[in-house]
Amino acid sequence: MDFIAILSIFVLACFVGYFVVWAVTPALHTPLMAVTNAISSVIIVGALIAAAAPTVLGAIGAGSGVAKALGLVAVVLASVNIFGGFAVTARMLAMYKKKERPVAPASSK
Amino acid sequence: MHELTVSPWASLAYLVAGVCFILALRGLSSPASSQRGNRFGIIGMTIAVVTTLATHVPLRSVAVPPGNPHDLMIDWDTVGEILAAIGVGAAIGLVTARRIAMTAMPQLVAAFHSLVGLAAVLVGVAAYLNPQAFGISDLVVPMIGQPFAVIHPVSRIELGLGVAIGAITFSGSVIAFLKLNGNMGGKPIMLPGRHVINLALLAGILGLIAYFVTEQAPWVFWTIAILSFVIGFLLIVPIGGADMPVVVSMLNSYSGWAAAAMGFTLHNSAMIITGALVGSSGAILSYIMCRAMNRSFISVIAGGFGAVADTSGGGTAIDRPWKRGSAEDAAFLMSQAEQVIIVPGYGMAVAQAQHVLREMGDKLKAEGVRVKYAIHPVAGRMPGHMNVLLAEANVPYDDVFELEDINSEFAQTDVAFVIGANDVTNPAAKTDKTSPIYGMPVLDVEKAKTVLFIKRSMGGVGYAGVDNDLFYRDNTMMLLADAKKMVEDIVKALD
Repeated sequence: MDFIAILSIFVLACFVGYFVVWAVTPALHTPLMAVTNAISSVIIVGALIAAAAPTVLGAIGAGSGVAKALGLVAVVLASVNIFGGFAVTARMLAMYKKKERPVAPASSK
Repeated sequence: MHELTVSPWASLAYLVAGVCFILALRGLSSPASSQRGNRFGIIGMTIAVVTTLATHVPLRSVAVPPGNPHDLMIDWDTVGEILAAIGVGAAIGLVTARRIAMTAMPQLVAAFHSLVGLAAVLVGVAAYLNPQAFGISDLVVPMIGQPFAVIHPVSRIELGLGVAIGAITFSGSVIAFLKLNGNMGGKPIMLPGRHVINLALLAGILGLIAYFVTEQAPWVFWTIAILSFVIGFLLIVPIGGADMPVVVSMLNSYSGWAAAAMGFTLHNSAMIITGALVGSSGAILSYIMCRAMNRSFISVIAGGFGAVADTSGGGTAIDRPWKRGSAEDAAFLMSQAEQVIIVPGYGMAVAQAQHVLREMGDKLKAEGVRVKYAIHPVAGRMPGHMNVLLAEANVPYDDVFELEDINSEFAQTDVAFVIGANDVTNPAAKTDKTSPIYGMPVLDVEKAKTVLFIKRSMGGVGYAGVDNDLFYRDNTMMLLADAKKMVEDIVKALD
């Protein structure tokens, strides 16, 4: 994809992000931080590319061997975030409950 | 060699993943839709990872004569390494998520941000060392010597930005974690001339990224990385402990921009969409926090705000009269009330009092009292922190209200019960132009018929370094004790 195409996606995504995030209820701001952290670990895509890359010409220095090792470390870090992030978000979201009965104060006053 | 050709199917899959992430955030508009939203997030991530693995299968050449030396077979060793790496990360992540206490959520989020930042840096370095694999370079084969890769100029900017932002996110988040976890004092640490130093570092980083376009030398790349690590550290160190909600939101935003920069480098729509979503999310949360403190973002980031909790003066100079109450007094007042509004703050989290607080609320409700909770946006050390703690304590979320929605009710409320909050209840913010917190939106607790304020002792000031006028009003009764102990005593007295 050429630069203008990905720039367009980026700009539109920023607008979407603006509207979607303002619609998040303040009570859920902590899960919002947790889940945005989890999805930002989509950087694992880059890490996987580095880790899976074959040894090619033109790599600098120890080159692709080091790149692969760094990629694997990045995969570990991103995986911690992905699994941990979604799991902790799920755990938090499960805690939010509505009142169990309709409001009917027991008038014993 | 030209750009890595990505199959249209893969691009489509990444787009679907991006859309799933949008739906995940959309689900957070209410607790009812939130769990389904989280599932979309998981689906999106799975699509992105599976697509990447499927389109980048590790290969190895099989040079077995007399076969074709370009025969390739799957490199199972690498496949195993990758799966093992995912497994290790998954194990650490899942165990941490299960065991973390909700009161430690701010630290956990800061720690997680540092991992994303570091991952972005590592991916950037890998892309720099092996650019052909990422399709961001052209191979130059000279007459003599080794072939070398020349990274495309635009890719160099994207790469430089990605590494810089990732490094800032990493070191900044580490400091934020240490401050939130108590390993590092909450007091701002201020170096002389720090503004000049920071601006100089920032100029240096941007200048080097520009220079990197003309000169693809290793020293340029590594210096960008090192300077970025340093500025991340220097930026966060002077910020006081209770301004951490803004810092954590800001770092959340940065981690998004780092992912976006990497997405530009790799021409990956999932990363770009995600980066934009996360970047905007953090920025909006930072804005909300700053607005709720009535301080500009720049003033928060410039740091230096935040008094030491244990004042070296030993309390206020003016001895103003104040009323003291006991747990029995509190229990009596509240059981006779028609409506009680509870105002929780960071102190409640520190004392781990949320569960006994809910017990107290239940007992009051059983006596026919209407119980509501009022949350100020910057209560706690993270946006929405109080809400999570109350949810953990099984407080129904429709009993919990934000400042805008409940402020008008204090005037018709019999008792306002303040536990662990301080500056956000200080009426001086509305009246005293000389106060450092003047102009900050606060909860109108003083309008209630009676205010019960839990505090460990009368000495000591709030985060903003000011004494709270609320303590000295006629209708305020101070309950001096540890928050959890006091609430437990009230619960006993309500029996």
